[in-house]
Amino acid sequence: MTELIKYTAAETAGAIARGEVSAVEVAQAHLDRIDAVDKKVNAFLHVDREGALAAARAVDAKRASGAELGPLAGVPLALKDVFTTEGMPTTCGSKILEGWVPPYDATLTRRLKDADVVILGKTNMDEFAMGSSTENSAYGPTGNPWDLTRIPGGSGGGSAAALAAFEAPLAIGTDTGGSIRQPGAVTGTVGVKPTYGSVSRYGLVAFSSSLDQGGPCARTVLDTALLHEAIAGHDPLDSTSIDAPVPDVVAAARTRDVRGMRIGVVKEFAGEGYQAGVMQRFEESVELLRELGAEVVEVSCPSFTLAMPAYYLIAPSEASSNLARFDAMRYGLRVGDDGTRSAEQVTALTREAGFGAEVKRRIILGTYALSSGYYDAYYGSAQKVRTLISRDFDAAFAGVDVLVSPTTPTTAFPIGERADDPMAMYLADLCTIPSNLAGNAAMSLPCGLAPEDNLPVGLQIIAPAMADDRLYRVGGAVEAALNDKWGHALLEEAPAL
Amino acid sequence: MPGITREEVAHLARLSRLELQAEELDHFAEQLDVIIGAVARVSEVAEQDVPPTSHPLPLTNVMRADEVRPSLTPEQALSGAPASEDQRFRVPQILGED
Amino acid sequence: MSLVSYEEALASYDPVMGLEVHVELGTKTKMFCGCSTELGAEPNSQTCPTCLGLPGSLPVVNAVGVESAVRIGLALNCEIAEWCRFARKNYFYPDMPKNFQTSQYDEPIAFNGYLDVQLEDGEVFRVEIERAHMEEDTGKSTHVGGATGRIHGAEYSLLDYNRAGIPLIEIVTKPITGAGHRAPEVAKAYVAELRELIRALGVSEARMDKGQMRCDVNLSLRPNGTEKFGTRSETKNVNSLRSVERAARFEIQRHATVLTDGGTIVQETRHFHEEDGSTTAGRIKDNAEDYRYFPEPDLVPVAPAREWVEELRVSLPELPRVRRARLQAEWGLTDKDMQSVLNAGAVEPITETIAAGAPADQARKWWMGELARRANETGTELSEQPITPAQVARVCALVAEGKLNDKLARQVIEGVLAGEGEPDDVVAKRDLAVVSDDSALGAAVDQAIADNPDVAAKIRDGKVQAVGALVGAVMKTTRGQADAARVKDLILEKLA
Ligand SMILES: [Mg+2]
Ligand SMILES: [Zn+2]
Repeated sequence: MTELIKYTAAETAGAIARGEVSAVEVAQAHLDRIDAVDKKVNAFLHVDREGALAAARAVDAKRASGAELGPLAGVPLALKDVFTTEGMPTTCGSKILEGWVPPYDATLTRRLKDADVVILGKTNMDEFAMGSSTENSAYGPTGNPWDLTRIPGGSGGGSAAALAAFEAPLAIGTDTGGSIRQPGAVTGTVGVKPTYGSVSRYGLVAFSSSLDQGGPCARTVLDTALLHEAIAGHDPLDSTSIDAPVPDVVAAARTRDVRGMRIGVVKEFAGEGYQAGVMQRFEESVELLRELGAEVVEVSCPSFTLAMPAYYLIAPSEASSNLARFDAMRYGLRVGDDGTRSAEQVTALTREAGFGAEVKRRIILGTYALSSGYYDAYYGSAQKVRTLISRDFDAAFAGVDVLVSPTTPTTAFPIGERADDPMAMYLADLCTIPSNLAGNAAMSLPCGLAPEDNLPVGLQIIAPAMADDRLYRVGGAVEAALNDKWGHALLEEAPAL
Repeated sequence: MPGITREEVAHLARLSRLELQAEELDHFAEQLDVIIGAVARVSEVAEQDVPPTSHPLPLTNVMRADEVRPSLTPEQALSGAPASEDQRFRVPQILGED
Repeated sequence: MSLVSYEEALASYDPVMGLEVHVELGTKTKMFCGCSTELGAEPNSQTCPTCLGLPGSLPVVNAVGVESAVRIGLALNCEIAEWCRFARKNYFYPDMPKNFQTSQYDEPIAFNGYLDVQLEDGEVFRVEIERAHMEEDTGKSTHVGGATGRIHGAEYSLLDYNRAGIPLIEIVTKPITGAGHRAPEVAKAYVAELRELIRALGVSEARMDKGQMRCDVNLSLRPNGTEKFGTRSETKNVNSLRSVERAARFEIQRHATVLTDGGTIVQETRHFHEEDGSTTAGRIKDNAEDYRYFPEPDLVPVAPAREWVEELRVSLPELPRVRRARLQAEWGLTDKDMQSVLNAGAVEPITETIAAGAPADQARKWWMGELARRANETGTELSEQPITPAQVARVCALVAEGKLNDKLARQVIEGVLAGEGEPDDVVAKRDLAVVSDDSALGAAVDQAIADNPDVAAKIRDGKVQAVGALVGAVMKTTRGQADAARVKDLILEKLA
């Protein structure tokens, strides 16, 4: 195993820019690593060896020509298979899109290419991003590199596992209810859900349009910031894209100073269902922040108790409509077209065969919540809850700069444990959902291992919309202090694969 | 809040074009009943005088100029089609109307 | 089943109508993407991820689509929403790429308006407008196999999504009551007036034959003297003015027949048949259909600024009914003459011909005579004739200058229609100019006098009315190209 795969993205980019290593060597090292471990981890659904090496060669040629390289030029990346990639399969972890090769790039894909990032391939995920364990992938579950019998979180389990398994230093996720942060927490990696509207959704296959947000994943706060900077910014192809400058997240990540900041601990994120070791590491992190000079106060957000019910009405409702386009007419799977069946029958048979159980469950739930007679009680009420949650956040942020909580109530659970118990599964996103409903920014970063199972615990930091830089300022400081304390990064403690 | 019956699940499956199997209907009815039982708590706020939020952003009037942009080529458009003919998507007979 | 007569139907029942008109806007691009809307392109050549509903694609609103909607709303005397949203109308159909239509639901951009329409006897009837909202068109399917491309019996279908996503404005009336036996006429007059209005606004050509304007006729009957509406039928896609009238008339008779027989009307869609003016049953609307409307989360609200709405209001063109009254006065036409100009679709050609310099009576003469006749014979619209108002005006000018007489002018028009070029080209090529050169004419006159000594003698004797015979002779030798008045003057001079 070459040490190249242990480099951070910032180190890799620096080494390439200085000519100490070629982009092709870096890409090859990661492709070799994927070959060596991905049979066990199953982080990738598709590895684009040729494309990655070609992109790396282009970076080397650019450097040889003396051209200025961007801050992530030549750095390999694992892309969640929910973003379209021209000429590269995009499945969203679903049978219904098996073999689909989009004729266009997502804006995010385009930005990565423009930044000379080397896309290694597409990562595994819960089908259409519906899930918290990556067990709902039609292409088999991904293992958590800390313990391959456990889930890597979801829906972006493939991206998080690829980072933790050193298959890529950078990855992209999407976060609808926690799908970047929760996998980050349970794999000991960093993930950020940027402010809603700051990363284009054009080419992000929609699960729940008003909640989905693409974001950066990496092994360090600084790498996450560098990737954040590369993908964020206004896109005229996305009507819900914010036309305002992106805060300087890279500078914030380098600040490592929280003196004078006010930090709120959300009272509601504790109690029954929270694992003792998770709470212990969380409380130590809060104490650490205090030691670092932040002022810590407790805040209450009473409506957060309704966040999960609201989320499980809004997200399935939008999904039931977003997923209607998978009808076997224009792309993707077609089942039962034997010349005797109607288009209607073929659509119904294809959707039955092409969607997994969780997707069907949510389509039916969403169809129910939107149907006449139930709309006001369910969808309408859920939208009122959304207002109340935003008000709770506004009130809290009136007194503090950021909020903190555990990212997830528990550490990674065993694969299969909650597979057919949707309600138990949904609990994994308890702490992450409110930020999606309100559209603000949040990060998860590793804050230690739970003593009872030696599995990673995530610290969640939440900032107001368009104040994503505060996440990086606080996260950078916590990361530096913890690494000092441990003498190394947390992932050093992960077992060899 | 009422529970959800097997017949309701069947109706919802028809609306959402899912040819559910008999055992799926039973299983989903059971699970959805539990889920709906849990999420129905949102209706606590139904009577409250709170404006709904359908979207987290306060944006309005995002529009584009009426200027032609390049389309896909027909080959690209049809590249994912399960079947095509005469540069059109070929689909099974359509039963409904209008 | 034999239908009760129209008169019989009206003797017992009062019709209530609702008209839903879809207008395809003439924007350059689609409602939510930058694909061209140009007609006649190769199949699927004007599609992109968005209008094909590809996974990951997103809509962005066409600003001109919104502006057109506001202008239509204002012209229909509607209130314009201060804030409104798009909504998804969810139902599966293969010609609709996302399996939801991006439309508007409880927040239309324009609502509560009216349109005054003039009936043939001059009476003005006010049709109240419920709403006008923005939405998108579907793709087009071709049914293959089975009989004559009909959906039934087809083996499979082929889909072209070039039309998918073209902006539509749906204009819905409030229930139209009180029209009585004139209901079908009101329906037709409303659609005709709306079409004129849309054209005047310049937002669409509103060609019904090209599907740019499509009408659904909802109709129910209630017993005379009662208030409660009966069950309605929805006759879909009635695509000519005449058909609108016929469909309403047929449905009145059909409903009356069913009701008189003690039957009940089924709430259903109906298909209209051009051949015999009848309708047949379509899909039953049993309330099981549930569109699950909800606000479109991929778009943000549209909030037309009040100042902008007022700017659009003051820049509205003169409304067709007002303009027609003005033109009738300017052109000095009786109601009846004006009506035939309208029926012939000649208002625009005449107006443009006048604008190009022709006198009103001349412009009307050509368009309502020669050209209307030709349009009739070829079954085409007057505005589609291969001659422009400017060319007609040039012909009028040549006549006024004495370079053409009426007979020659007719030949020039013919030449232009036959593709022989501009009027002046036709004159040159066909050598049609009036012979006004006195020396050339002089020779012809001398010849005529020499050839007809008896007639010349009579004229010399003061029998001036005999001059006609000599004029005729001159016209003959000049193949009709001489100015007859000038010829007469010359003969009288010579024989004075
Ligand atoms: Mg409509
Ligand atoms: Zn398009």
